Amino acid sequence: MSAYIIRRMLYAIPILIGINLITFVLFFVVNSPDDMALMQLGSKHTTELQIEDWKRERGYHLPLLYNAEQSGLAAVTETIFYQKSAKLFVFDFGSSDSGRDIGYDISQRMWPSLALAIPTLLVGLLVTITLALTIAFFRGTYIDYWAVIICVALISISSLFYIIGGQFLIGKLLKIVPISGFDTGLHALKFMILPVLIGIVGGIGSNTRWYRTIFLEEINKDYVRTARSKGLSEQMVLFKHVLRNALIPILTGVVVVLPLLFMGSLLTENFFGIPGLGSYTIDAINRQDFAIVRAMVFLGSVLYIIGLVLTDISYTLVDPRIRLS
Amino acid sequence: MTVRKISLALCCTGFFAFLVACSDQGLNNPYRDNDSASSIIYSSFSERPKELDPVKSYNAGEYEFIAQIYEPPLQYHFLKRPYQLVPLAATRMPEKQFFDATGALLPEDVDPKQVAYTEYTVTIQSGIRYQPHPAFSKDAAGEFHYHQLTPADLQNINKLADFESVASRILTAEDYVYQIKRLAHPNLHSPLAGLLSNYIRGFKDYRSDVLTQLDRQETWLDLRQIAMSGVEVLDQQRYQIRVEGVYPQFIYWLSMPFFAPIPWEADRFYSQQGMAERNISFDWYPVGTGPYMLTENNPNLRMVLSKNPNFHGELYPTEGEPGDAERGLLQDAGKPLPFVDRIEFSLEKESIPYWNKFLQGYYDTSGISSDSFDQSVELNSRGEFGLSDEMIERDIKMSSAVATSLYYLGFNMLDPVIGGDSERARLLRRAISIAVDYDEFISIFRNGRGEPAQGPIPPGIFGFEEGQAGINPYVYDWQKGSLKRKSIQQAKQILTDAGYANGIDQESGKPLILYFDTVSRGADSKALLNWMVKQFAKLDIQLVIRTTDGNRFMDKLDKGTFQIYQLGWNADYPDPENFFFLLYGPNSMALSKGQNYSNYQNPNYDRLFDKMKAMENSPERLRIIREMNAIVRADAPWVWSFYPKQYSLNHAWYQNVKPNLMANNTFKYRRVDAAKRAQMRKEWNDAVLWPVYALFLLLLLSIVPAIISYRKRELARGL
Amino acid sequence: MSIQPTFLITDLLFFALTISLIAFVFVVRKRPHLSRPWSQVLKSTTGSVSLMILLFYYAIALVDSVHFHPRVAQATESQYQYSSEVHSLLDVLMTPMRSRMEKTFSAPLATHSFAKEMMQNEAGQLQRDYPRLNYGGAHLAQPEDQKAADIISISLQASAQALFYWALIWLFMLWLYSQRNNQGLATLLANVLKAKTTYPLRAIAITSAVLMLLTVVSMQLGQHYHLFGTDKVGQDVFYQAVKSVRTGILIGVLTTLITLPLAILLGALAGFFRGWVDDVIQYIYTTLNSIPHVLLIAAAVLLLQVYMSGHADDFDSLTERADLRLLFLCLILGITSWTGLCRLLRAETFKLREMEYIQAAEAFGVSKFKILMRHVMPNFMHIVIISVVLDFSGLVLAEAVLSYINIGVDPSMNSWGNMINQARLEMARDPIVWWSLSAAFVFMFTLVLFANLFADVVRDALDPRVVRGEQ
Repeated sequence: MSAYIIRRMLYAIPILIGINLITFVLFFVVNSPDDMALMQLGSKHTTELQIEDWKRERGYHLPLLYNAEQSGLAAVTETIFYQKSAKLFVFDFGSSDSGRDIGYDISQRMWPSLALAIPTLLVGLLVTITLALTIAFFRGTYIDYWAVIICVALISISSLFYIIGGQFLIGKLLKIVPISGFDTGLHALKFMILPVLIGIVGGIGSNTRWYRTIFLEEINKDYVRTARSKGLSEQMVLFKHVLRNALIPILTGVVVVLPLLFMGSLLTENFFGIPGLGSYTIDAINRQDFAIVRAMVFLGSVLYIIGLVLTDISYTLVDPRIRLS
Repeated sequence: MTVRKISLALCCTGFFAFLVACSDQGLNNPYRDNDSASSIIYSSFSERPKELDPVKSYNAGEYEFIAQIYEPPLQYHFLKRPYQLVPLAATRMPEKQFFDATGALLPEDVDPKQVAYTEYTVTIQSGIRYQPHPAFSKDAAGEFHYHQLTPADLQNINKLADFESVASRILTAEDYVYQIKRLAHPNLHSPLAGLLSNYIRGFKDYRSDVLTQLDRQETWLDLRQIAMSGVEVLDQQRYQIRVEGVYPQFIYWLSMPFFAPIPWEADRFYSQQGMAERNISFDWYPVGTGPYMLTENNPNLRMVLSKNPNFHGELYPTEGEPGDAERGLLQDAGKPLPFVDRIEFSLEKESIPYWNKFLQGYYDTSGISSDSFDQSVELNSRGEFGLSDEMIERDIKMSSAVATSLYYLGFNMLDPVIGGDSERARLLRRAISIAVDYDEFISIFRNGRGEPAQGPIPPGIFGFEEGQAGINPYVYDWQKGSLKRKSIQQAKQILTDAGYANGIDQESGKPLILYFDTVSRGADSKALLNWMVKQFAKLDIQLVIRTTDGNRFMDKLDKGTFQIYQLGWNADYPDPENFFFLLYGPNSMALSKGQNYSNYQNPNYDRLFDKMKAMENSPERLRIIREMNAIVRADAPWVWSFYPKQYSLNHAWYQNVKPNLMANNTFKYRRVDAAKRAQMRKEWNDAVLWPVYALFLLLLLSIVPAIISYRKRELARGL
Repeated sequence: MSIQPTFLITDLLFFALTISLIAFVFVVRKRPHLSRPWSQVLKSTTGSVSLMILLFYYAIALVDSVHFHPRVAQATESQYQYSSEVHSLLDVLMTPMRSRMEKTFSAPLATHSFAKEMMQNEAGQLQRDYPRLNYGGAHLAQPEDQKAADIISISLQASAQALFYWALIWLFMLWLYSQRNNQGLATLLANVLKAKTTYPLRAIAITSAVLMLLTVVSMQLGQHYHLFGTDKVGQDVFYQAVKSVRTGILIGVLTTLITLPLAILLGALAGFFRGWVDDVIQYIYTTLNSIPHVLLIAAAVLLLQVYMSGHADDFDSLTERADLRLLFLCLILGITSWTGLCRLLRAETFKLREMEYIQAAEAFGVSKFKILMRHVMPNFMHIVIISVVLDFSGLVLAEAVLSYINIGVDPSMNSWGNMINQARLEMARDPIVWWSLSAAFVFMFTLVLFANLFADVVRDALDPRVVRGEQ
């Protein structure tokens, strides 16, 4: 088992190198550091000298890949590629173009993102599984038919409408929760209700429909027929057999997104002013802070790969028939 | 399952009941309940401040914080208009003396041409103390506690508050000099460094001096040891600045945080290894002498300013403009400042939640965005803005001021078609000036919050003239006591005179196509660009819009490869020089990287500018300004767009509000009636819970048909 | 000639796609094993109704893709001058709506502006009131009394017209059908009414009636009113929403089209050759897939902006720039979405390769290329189609979100995302300006909903493994 995990980890390394190269090309070859300097320093009373100083301080004055002025190893290490891109491998994100320590920012902003994402995921899972099971129970009836139609309709609504509508209705008209904002500790509770609710409602359509398909797949299997023929009641069949077996694909589907929860939700966080990684990313995009975007691209990729490895492992855990190859 | 659903519904109902029960402030109160009665100002910020170091900070959002913390020698009077400088940390206004090249003192009324440098002497008050800060803390032997920290010492330190011991110190003149030296420090990138190196003696050399010292030494550089020839400490209370030639506008800079005091201890403290990685720096933890100090700095969420216990004390001004007493602005005259214990700034990125929270009473003050304008403001029968009934009912007050800013549509004077000194191009520019109808622009895009500009000088700045005397005769006529834009027929006639009849170049027979470069990415930009195309189409000129990102736009301005652009300018200080210099020839962008983006050159104008710049406000100066205005109006290097007007709304409990576009340190004058606020909030925020209950009821009801069909099926199976 | 035709890159691609779609239909019709699942789609009511609505949207997009420069009015007879503006056929069809600009907001079907203004009343006094609109209901003398009646009468007339032509067309078509099948028209009609035809003709007829009604009524009302009101600068919201159809459709179809060859080729190669080819291809798509999509798109769009401003002279007009950005967005969206399809195809080829007939072909010495083209690719086409149809709705929705973060289509382009982005700010007004948001919602929701329903039907028909509820 551990040998398998190690092998999977090793397999991730070339992928990370590839990602690193892509981001390097995107952010340094196509965009010149001069552009970034001008962007960050602003235009009021800026001089050439200041741009040079700015680049020197952030290490953007170095050559891209090979430093001809240096000899030996330094010719490779004293370059933008080594200083900025290679260091990502040890999670040294450096500082943003506006001069802040990115690693510190990420460690601070991770928690609000998680505080939002975890309840959304867990409650959402509970609600959608319940709904899907109910629909599966009434399969073939008009309830099933209309539930699927409603699910498709829910999927067809843009997530922007969920957020705008929810904020307008619950925050402005009903005044039940604060419209936006965040606080630390338990005080965060009242701020979380609305975004979590919107997150859940926004996910009901697609997840319910998907889980329903999984349940129906299970229901049509032979062992269910056997169970039913033994005289078990429909509820017992659904709860004891179908639910238990269907949970395997559902949970492994969840495992893959687990690490990405750290990244937060771009839209929700921005609309509600929640200081998570999602709004951090959007800010960086809007300010064109390339250092942060680069760090987030890399972090997101690493988390995704971790998710893939976790999924593989969880498959082998729940289903011993899958060989570790 | 039904049982489960019912219990879920009950749980939720119980949860809401619990929420209702435990809050006396409304469910939607975004603040902690126990704060409701305290004397706190609730404000917001939309973007995390980039710099809080006074050496770098240069925008209104950042000044909102640091102007309350740092005290430069001077400030603007809170109430008096036109804007007037008064001492803040200084005991009196700086003394000014002129010297010639040999260093001989010249009389006050000397011809500016003879003056080699001006010497300003600033005297600061005695007994001012810094806010408590660990950098000042000393042990019994007089050694600084935290100036020799090792990595081991910093192990458990993550924020400034983790240092246990704090102390204070008396403010000295040397601290001011120290900051001026920091402005010249090459690694600190002060945005003012370029400008000041032209004015302060020895500023340019200081940069290279520091660089050579930096090469030699790795750790902290004590700027006290390196002298700057133009700046000198006279004694504990006095220091001197030598400014090249005559530059009367210099004292305006002395009211900006750039010239605030910085104690060397703090610089030493922050420069230690390991501090920057922990974000322990001037950028996060300012050290000042002002009425407030930054006690919570979480730019992702909230910034909190609290009263500085060591504040030296200042009194509310006892005199103001006529009418201020009637408006209740002098009720607190002579009382010690500040009135409010705490100022809480919350992060608010989106305008909709911001506006709604203001209406709910959770922010004390709000600007009026163009989207919330109709709701809050109505024009009365005399054409003046008044508050709408809804706002009056809420006892909201409005204050307005024409900002000391200017928006303009600039032409590139280096361009062969639209630019240059030829009569043809001048007529073309004038025709466009009439056609681009900024009166309409103001009413559509700014809901009337602006005044059509007549020249480079906005209201509130010396040289601005109201009424007929101040109009731009090339665009407007004065009819029956009001402005009237010339008709489009007149513009077409001018265009025909220029040789572009019907938008066709009579020489080549080709249609006239002009290019408009702009940075527009926001949601509103499309409407705006459409409008602009429409304006040029009135003259049958085809306008091609080229949108670029900020970098490229600046790059184009830099190289002069553009035709038409749109920009704005905010006054740094209330002096016409700060606007006229935008058209000063030697300040041209393409030639010398100045702010004259239009690359406008007119020797006459430049000569007048040099003269006007060195003068104090006087009738003679006004005469020169009129002359300059006439020149630029005739040449029309810009379409003078509009002077923006700022409106803000304030709740009744938020008092002592008078818009002051120059001063940033006005929080100390504010007063808050917390009891009234608590009561109003409660009144305005009654949660509407019935739809929630109705929804649960509906859910319960929807289960009924499910049960029925379930029964039916069970029955069918049974048979 | 009073116009000068012009072709944007996306227009050309869109036409090419349309032609190949028509060709595809002809090919499929000739081959029973291919046409069987499609006729199953058409036999289902949901399938044919959704397809009709999708085709309706598609037609709007097609009409909106015929671009030209109109002639400048004042140019002399001998020398034609063309405007640098680009118009489309749809603009011509909707001319009064395009050019009739009010000053600012007005509510749907309003005759008065949404914002009060200073006016002089008959007595010559200044007063503040809602001004009449320049165009909306301008033909009415007494709008307060006449408006309702006028709207009803226009709608009724238009409905009558629409239904008349609809009935005429359907009768003619049914008559043709009955002639060909030697069936009495009356019986056929009865069958249609009782929904007893092989294809759900009744549902199709009703759908076409609804579409025709909506089109004619909205066009007729649009001549005199602003059907969905006007936006901040007084532009007709209905016009904007219709113009946005092209953007939505193009994002949905071009994205997959652009990257389809890549996915098919790489997927087939990886599954067929295995070994190092498989390793390399797998490596490429795993790497691309690992990068968070939004961030990759953001980075790429930022780069495009840099490129476009560096080469500003290459683009004559705003329309061309916007068009290039749209194409680029399709491209980059495609790059983030082809990996899923590629993985599916690789797995399928893997399976197919083990099939006996392919093993046999190999044994006979048929070239590998031929096997790929003749035996492998045709057998996984159903997966390609399902994936294209399934992705479509997601892409239309993605456009809106990307526009919100400012990395979507050009802000100058009509798109639902830009409409929402602008309208969102108007929600703070009181009374709120709801029509822009609603118009974008209705148009977008309809398209996405029917695309989703259609995708379900197509998947059910094409994928043999699908579960179809309880058997």
